[in-house]
Order: sequence, then C-alpha cells, then structure tokens
Amino acid sequence: MFDKIIYGSRKYYAWVIFLLLVMGVGFVLYLYQLQEGLGVTGMSRDVSWGFYIAQFTFLVGVAASGLMVVLPYYLHDYKAFGKITILGEFLAVGSVLMCMTFIFVDMGKPERVMNVILHPTPNSIMFWDMTVLSVYLLLNLVIAFPMVAAEKKGLPPPYWYLKPIIYLSIAWAPLIHTVTAFLYAGLPGRHLWLTAIMAARFLASAFAAGPALLIILYLILTRVTNWTAGDKPLRKIAQIVVYAMIANMFFLGLEFFTAFYSKIPGHTHSLSYMFGIHGEMNWLVPFMWASVIIGLGSIVFMLFPQVRNNNKTLVLGCIGIFVACWIDKGLGLIVGGFIPNPLNYVREYTPTLVELGISAAIFALGALVITVLYKMVAGVREEAEA
Amino acid sequence: MGMDKRNFMKVSGLAFLGLGSEVKAGNHSSGNEQGHAADTSGVRWAMVVDTRKCKEDCTACIDACHTVHNVPEIEGTKHEIMWIWKAPYEHVFAIEHKEYRLIADYLKGKPTMTLCNHCDEPPCVRVCPTKATFKREADGIVMMDYHRCIGCRFCMAACPYGSRSFNYVDPQKHLDLDSLQNHFPTRTKGVVEKCNFCAERLANGQIPACVEACRKDGEGALVFGDLNDPNSKVNELIRKNHTIRRKPELGTMPMVYYIV
Repeated sequence: MFDKIIYGSRKYYAWVIFLLLVMGVGFVLYLYQLQEGLGVTGMSRDVSWGFYIAQFTFLVGVAASGLMVVLPYYLHDYKAFGKITILGEFLAVGSVLMCMTFIFVDMGKPERVMNVILHPTPNSIMFWDMTVLSVYLLLNLVIAFPMVAAEKKGLPPPYWYLKPIIYLSIAWAPLIHTVTAFLYAGLPGRHLWLTAIMAARFLASAFAAGPALLIILYLILTRVTNWTAGDKPLRKIAQIVVYAMIANMFFLGLEFFTAFYSKIPGHTHSLSYMFGIHGEMNWLVPFMWASVIIGLGSIVFMLFPQVRNNNKTLVLGCIGIFVACWIDKGLGLIVGGFIPNPLNYVREYTPTLVELGISAAIFALGALVITVLYKMVAGVREEAEA
Repeated sequence: MGMDKRNFMKVSGLAFLGLGSEVKAGNHSSGNEQGHAADTSGVRWAMVVDTRKCKEDCTACIDACHTVHNVPEIEGTKHEIMWIWKAPYEHVFAIEHKEYRLIADYLKGKPTMTLCNHCDEPPCVRVCPTKATFKREADGIVMMDYHRCIGCRFCMAACPYGSRSFNYVDPQKHLDLDSLQNHFPTRTKGVVEKCNFCAERLANGQIPACVEACRKDGEGALVFGDLNDPNSKVNELIRKNHTIRRKPELGTMPMVYYIV
C-alpha cells in the first residue's frame, strides 16, 4: 500500500516538491534560530509565548476531526461515515505531528527535551499534555494503518483487536482539548485564560474547525483522485460543524458577559485590548472583529440547507468557520493573554518573518504527511473499485 | 550509565529519611492542621521593602545584584534580564488607571523595588515540567536549575508578577567578560532566570547582595530575615507596621512585604 505514496501524477510530485521546498527554507531558518536564540522571534519578556504556541493550541483542535466522524460511525452506527473515518484519523495524525513540532521549535533548549520524561512532573499540565497528545497520535496510527492494509487485501478490518482501541480513542480525544485548555486555565493572574469555560471553548472550536477542514480536504481529495464516497457524509459533517460553531460563539459571548457585566478590571483588560473596546488600535483588533463577523456570518450562511447541500457554497462556509476559529485561537487567545503584562503595561507582540517562515515549514510538514496518507487511502480504494 | 551522583544522593537520602519517617510524619500532621497556612516551622526567608526609605535615584541594590549574579545588560524591554528592578508604584501594585487620583502624592509614580516574591505557593513551580524551578523546603526559596531548564517558559506565563526573564539572546555577548564574578555561573541562551534570594551567599552566612548594598550605600530600605523567627527584624517590622504584598488575592503568599 505504501507504493501509492511513491507513484503519482506530475501534479502530485509538484505539490510534494513544493512542500519539501517550504520545509527546507523553514529548516534553514530554524538553524538560524537555534544559533541565535529565540530572540529572532517577536516574543519578549512580556509576551513570552507567541505564534508557535498559538498554532500548537489551534492544531490540537484540528485533531478533533477524527472524533467527529469516528464517534457517529462506531457508537451510533452512522454508516455514511464508514468510508471517511480513516480520513479523520489521518488528519488527526498530521495535526498532532504539527502540534509536537510547534512545541519543539518553541523550546529554548530543544536538546533537553527528554528532561520532560527523565524528570516526570505530574503536577505540571505540560507533562500531561505531552502524554495525552503522544497517546492520541499512537492510537490513531495503530487504528488507521491496519484498516488500510485490510482494505488493500480486500478483507474486513481486523476489528477483533481494533474495536477496543477505537473505543479508547473516542474516549481519549476530548482529553487532548481538555488538558491543552488546562495549560492556560489554571494560571493565576492571567485573567483572559483563567476561566472555567476554557476547556468547553476548546472542545467547541475544535469540533467546528476540525471537521470543517475535513470537509474541505475531502472535496479536494475527491477532485484530484478518482475515489469518492459521495456527498452524503458531507451533509452530516456540515451539520456538526454548524452546531459546534454556534456553541463556540455562544461561549465567547459568555466570556464577554462575565467580564463586562461584572466589570472586574482584570477580567476586561485583555478582551478590551484585543477588541479595541476603548478605541485604542493595534494589529489584533481588525483580526478579532473579523473573526467574530466571519464566524457569525458563516453560521447564518450555513444554516440554510441549500448552502450545505451545494459543495461550492459548503466549502465557502467551511473556510469561513475555519478562518474564524484560527484567528480566535491561532492569533488572539495566546498573545492576548499576555497583554497587558503583570505590571499593567501594554507591551505588544508582532511575529517576525523568521517565526512565520518556520511556522510555514511546520504547516508544510503537516500538509505533506496528510497528502501522502490521503494519497495512499485514495490509491488503495481506486484499485479496489477498479 | 548507572546512577549519577545526584540520584545516588537522592536515593540514599530517602533511605535515611525512611529511618526517621515516623517522627517526621508526626511533626508534619500537627503543623498542617490549619490547612494551607504558610509553613511556620523551619526557616522562611522573607524581605521587607520600606519604600519610605528608598531613594528615588539610588540603584545600589540593582547594581550589586546584577554584578554578583553576572546579569547581562541588554537594551530594550524585549530581551532584558531583570532580577531586581524599579517600577512605578502604581504598576508594581497593578492599580487601575481610574484610581490613580486616589494614590497618595508621595507614592504616585514612585520607583518601587520589585523582584521575585519567593511565594509560599509558587505557580511557577507548579507548572514547571522538569522541576527545573523548585521551592526549597528547608527555607522556602524558589530556585532555578539552569542546567535542567528546557526553556518552555511555562513558568513565565504562570508568574503573576513578571519576575522571570528568559535568555532570548546569548547573555555572554552582553557581559563584560573581564569583570565576571567567578562564584556564580553565567547562563546560556534559552533558559529562564530570576532572583534567587542570594541562596549562594546565604550558604556562606552572608545576607543578600541587594540588602547589603542598600545598607551600605542606601538608607537600609531592604530588610531580610527569617519570617518564622519572632526575634528577626523582618518579623518585627511586619508586626509593627502595616505591610502590603503584591496581588495577595491570588493566594500565592508572597514573601516580599512592602511598607508604604
């Protein structure tokens, strides 16, 4: 089945080479960062986590794509998802790999990464996050590859041992969002993050952004290959995406209510900064408002069945929801939590080109992993149908 | 391979403690009856900053600290390393802008000493994934192991006082290598650092460098001692004056007290 990764069309090779080039440039930039230190990024004494950690946080959410198709199929016997569970699982694999790489490039002393295992510290949420992410990656790999192998041989999946692992992965998936939220939600003095609803927000935005991306990738895959599982699964996933996005926007509204109705200063500061409530401008403000407007707009748009039933409009809606969630978590949430700083100074953060270049390379890495895995799945199925 | 020195010490220490564990356990439960009150047994190093005595243009404490600890001087707020520094009173105590007019004239904008609070419940220690930052049980000092720190900066996100600095650039390039202090290590890029209450000087029976410098070149605004010793100067000052601490509502229980 791995031969499907090696042999492909001219366009496939061009895409892979493009991704490799982006990765190569990013790798050189990373060597530069390694040489000079994290001072080559926009991060500072006051905003000590930036674009890298924000991407990590967002991509944990994208990994949820797996659960939203696996759960209905295995627990509710929703048969339309039968052919796409594997796409959800491989998307999760790619996302978690990107998460881990983003954490790695953010480390000041990457050569000491094994200290987390050599000196396990259960009171640190970072230790648990590493654990849940690694296990989730492993579960998805262990589930997905035997499934493809079975399809290749024209046999039913080896459920006798896969079923328990699949059920475990269903129970495990919410853990990755919950524990990642706990990284932030338990820190005294960071009011934007110190909210009991953080884990719920992470789950909601994950169940919106992850499956939205899955719809987009599925439509691309069925266009560039001869394999398809029809449009029926998309209709259902689209409903899940809309519901999750409604919950996500509702939760954001709750944050605003608690902060601005209670008027407790600390609770309002970061939100005021991010949304320019007092009229001060910074680069985050237009993004944050765009996120809210695009998010709400996409919900309204996607509420119409005609929109969800037409692949062209469906993709638009999914892109909107994905972008809205990305701005919210991949730009605003992490940086906003550090502003103002503990001494009430507003010290801003802007990512540097080096930082963005390295990030682009990590996205390229994820895209490459997902590309080759999807190519393998589609290849095996094209052959089976022929 | 095998066991390194540190692990050997740990294991042999544990074995030794095991012998006296019964006595230990007994002491512990009686001391903890009030739940999470600061440990009142043993030494608890604390500092009192008497802002009334602190001269505005004096930087003796900062200079002394940054010299003995080889703290590099880096321009700008982005990459600077600060162990002890001055910030305006209203910023140190994070007072709301709306309430500025209610601050006493002599405190408004007054440069106020700030440093690591050596919290009794330090959030930085709670979040560190490698125990590179830890609280010494013997005397409550929150310490850093620069050789174990992986540079994840979780502690910086957790510290509610902005007391931690990260080596974004190579500190060696910003140090005068000819006047290095050999008794304290320099750091490398990629690790977090902060005030250590001069643990290395305390071990030699000396008081912290900032306190010594303030006594010598300043007005004695910094007082250091064992909070648990009823006869110590810090204990007396805290009993006889109204003192405040930074963000006490967070429950971190800072060990730096301010007389304003």
